[in-house]
Amino acid sequence: MSGSTIIFYMLAALTLVSGALAVTTRQIFRAAIFLLFSLIGIAGLYFWMQYEFIAAVQIVVYVGGITVLIIFSIFLTQQAGELLPKEKIGRQVFSALAAFCGFALTMLQLYQHSFKQTTDQPIAPSVSNIGNQMLGVEDNGFALPFEVVSILLLAAMIGCIVIALRSKPATA
Amino acid sequence: MMEPGLYHLLFISAALFFIGVYGFFTRRNLITMLMSVELVLNSVNLNFIAFNKYLWPNKLDGLFFSIFVIAIAAAEAAVAIAIIINLYRSHHSIDVENAEEMKF
Repeated sequence: MSGSTIIFYMLAALTLVSGALAVTTRQIFRAAIFLLFSLIGIAGLYFWMQYEFIAAVQIVVYVGGITVLIIFSIFLTQQAGELLPKEKIGRQVFSALAAFCGFALTMLQLYQHSFKQTTDQPIAPSVSNIGNQMLGVEDNGFALPFEVVSILLLAAMIGCIVIALRSKPATA
Repeated sequence: MMEPGLYHLLFISAALFFIGVYGFFTRRNLITMLMSVELVLNSVNLNFIAFNKYLWPNKLDGLFFSIFVIAIAAAEAAVAIAIIINLYRSHHSIDVENAEEMKF
């Protein structure tokens, strides 16, 4: 067993265990920290696959951005040290059953299916290749989705400001 | 223990997806539900990258899909947290059972 295999299984265990703890723990702050470790595990898997750019994006956006946003909103909305209320046992059992059935069905389909791999020359997922294709306007360019996403981000930003704005009492 | 490949990554991604689904079904707090949605979105990204690496290494399409999913997930998280904070201001609770009316 090579070092790469050991690292893969460690990253997989980190991702799945902290993901499972993030959805089951009753302390909301711990749930956020476990989510952080799960996202770091996924970034590690991207590094393991040698997709360094997407791993860096994962760390910057998810670990550095979204998790911090979630932790701040926990501070703003929760009383410190308060446990989440216990879930009903029936709901837990049925949710676990539904999730497990879906997982079993997916795995069953997956192991009966054999994927066909392309034999073409691979291209490296380097930053220059990504940048050229991202802003390319030729056949394989992604310039239009890029612009659409930038409009979406602008709209989301304005929408957040409008929604979270404290409405002033009307002064006549 | 085999040499990890495409099937191992798809296993991890499916397991993470259904962990997120389980959390979404059981949790009643809006912030923890948002965390479950983030787990689901991350599992989808992992799937795209795995397919790109092992099946179509001659293209970068899976990577671009992941980048766009990450951008949209960031926008979605920001809007969701703005709504949650606004809801907390008006209801003093972010439990979904207490947020029954859409407008008042």
